[in-house]
Amino acid sequence: MNRSSRQGASGVWIIAALVLLLLILHQDNWFWTDDTLVFGFLPIGLLWHAGISIGASLTWALATVIAWPIDEDVERKLVAEVEEDEVAS
Amino acid sequence: MNHPGLPQLIIILAYLAVLLFLGVFSGRLFKGTKEDYQVASHSIGPFLLLMSMFGTTMTAFALVGSSGEAFKEGIGVYGMLASSSGIIHSLCFFVIGVKVWKIAHHNHYTTQIEFFRDRLESDFIGLLLFPILVGLVIPYLLIGVISSGSVVQSLTAGLAPDAFPSLRPDGSVNMALNGGIPPWLGSLVICVVVLIYVFFGGMRGTTWANTLQTIVFMVLGIVTFYVIASRLGKQESLFANLRVLAESVPEEKITRIEMSKMKFFTYLLIPLSVGMFPHLFQHWMTARRAATFKLSVICHPLFIMIVWVPCVLVGIWATGTLVPPKPPLPTNPNTILPFLVKTQTGMVLGGFLAAGILAAIMSSLDSQFLCIGTIFTNDVLTHYKGKENVTDSQQVLYTRLFIIGIVAVTYFLSLGNVRSVFAMGVWCFSGFSALFPIVFAALYWRGLTAAGAISGICAAIVSWCILFFQAMQQDALRTFVLKLPFGGEEYEVMPVVVMLLSSLITMIVVSLVTPKPSDATLARFFDDPEVA
Repeated sequence: MNRSSRQGASGVWIIAALVLLLLILHQDNWFWTDDTLVFGFLPIGLLWHAGISIGASLTWALATVIAWPIDEDVERKLVAEVEEDEVAS
Repeated sequence: MNHPGLPQLIIILAYLAVLLFLGVFSGRLFKGTKEDYQVASHSIGPFLLLMSMFGTTMTAFALVGSSGEAFKEGIGVYGMLASSSGIIHSLCFFVIGVKVWKIAHHNHYTTQIEFFRDRLESDFIGLLLFPILVGLVIPYLLIGVISSGSVVQSLTAGLAPDAFPSLRPDGSVNMALNGGIPPWLGSLVICVVVLIYVFFGGMRGTTWANTLQTIVFMVLGIVTFYVIASRLGKQESLFANLRVLAESVPEEKITRIEMSKMKFFTYLLIPLSVGMFPHLFQHWMTARRAATFKLSVICHPLFIMIVWVPCVLVGIWATGTLVPPKPPLPTNPNTILPFLVKTQTGMVLGGFLAAGILAAIMSSLDSQFLCIGTIFTNDVLTHYKGKENVTDSQQVLYTRLFIIGIVAVTYFLSLGNVRSVFAMGVWCFSGFSALFPIVFAALYWRGLTAAGAISGICAAIVSWCILFFQAMQQDALRTFVLKLPFGGEEYEVMPVVVMLLSSLITMIVVSLVTPKPSDATLARFFDDPEVA
């Protein structure tokens, strides 16, 4: 196993752990009956879930860096192959 | 111009004209090949892919339904439908979309059925999936077609009371809709516009139109939020308006006191449906490169937040004390947003909002029409007639003819029972979610067999039918949940849990005892470095 594939495998585990964490945080029983208005206008339950959306976006941003499933060389080859087919047809 | 309903009608017509121009213009770039018509020659870049996928997954429900559901259920709707989708949709793009792109790009697949037939060495799976996928997409299409007619009628009310009277069952005039363009006509115009730009522009026209429509409904959603906050709050600054409005909302709407925790939890499975949406599969195939997906994966949750948070806030404000008592709020939650726009803003903004809602609707309809036309052409006609017997230009022609047919069928179905179709939304999504294990296993599990996949699909559909029948018997299609007694308490579980578990367990058990596809096929899908 080379260095980049080892990094990719550990990256997948990190992303899997972060997604699991997001799913656990999504079930926010602790704010279920809390009627606090953050900044005086935003219900805390809504703010928490907006935060989950931002957290999801950050997690997926990290995934594109440390756990992207396609090797760039393979992708280049695939795209070139399809372009050749198109030219031929 | 001050005639009621006229400015709205002019804005709607102008917007539809822009869409037609875009569709016809994109048609001029058409290369004449099937690949160009169905997947835009795999030429779509990151921004267009993001906008078209977001537009396709956000239906009328994103604007109208989100505010309506928040009006009814409170802020919990955001967690139940929006933040869950932010996690799960991107997960599907990442885990299913990128892998599917790689395999399909290598093998020139355009539809799911082409992939499943080859991966499982089974022709029958195509025959089984075909009616199921089409059957699940049609209710989804109906939601859009019916919503478009209702929105146009509601926002053009007052235009021509003599030509288009609207009466209640007791014979009295329904002032909220009287004189508005009737739903049959509004839906017909929307269907024809979508048909024209899909017909001429194919996937390229659809993607361009989706991008424009997504920008339109996102911007107009935020503008509407600002204007409604100002009109209802009557304070000097936006911040002051937001504060007084939030303080006017009853406690049960800013918390989830009335919401079942288990139902909220099990709702998490519904967004898995995007993994099996055939129209999304086709959009994935338009990507120029796998890296094109990165922007969509990252921005999708943020875009959901930008659209949903303002709509949910408007929905809960409508339950507060600052909403004027006259005219009275409508009883149908789905009309809350159009009602507030109509009563709290001017006619011009009303027209723009109608265009925004129609944009959200049409950006889903176009992809679905194109995808069903593609499935008919590729998986039935060309597959059984033989690729060598159908030229590229014939395939484009057939796809176009099938699209005309499906638009006509959907339109005529939309003239039937309206109420039950809205409830069909969650059921149709649950059906797609129940099929998720099949696509996931086909991509990641060598042990999946044709018999396992076929049994899993059958289990999903049989459980769907049984639960749907039970819900019909209880006249509770929209609110149906399973009640599980445990430890002296009763837990509400969404039907999708049962459907998905039936499909998953059956698929695994049957796959373990039936013969796998040939080694050559497994090597092709799992060992080839360009595919695995």
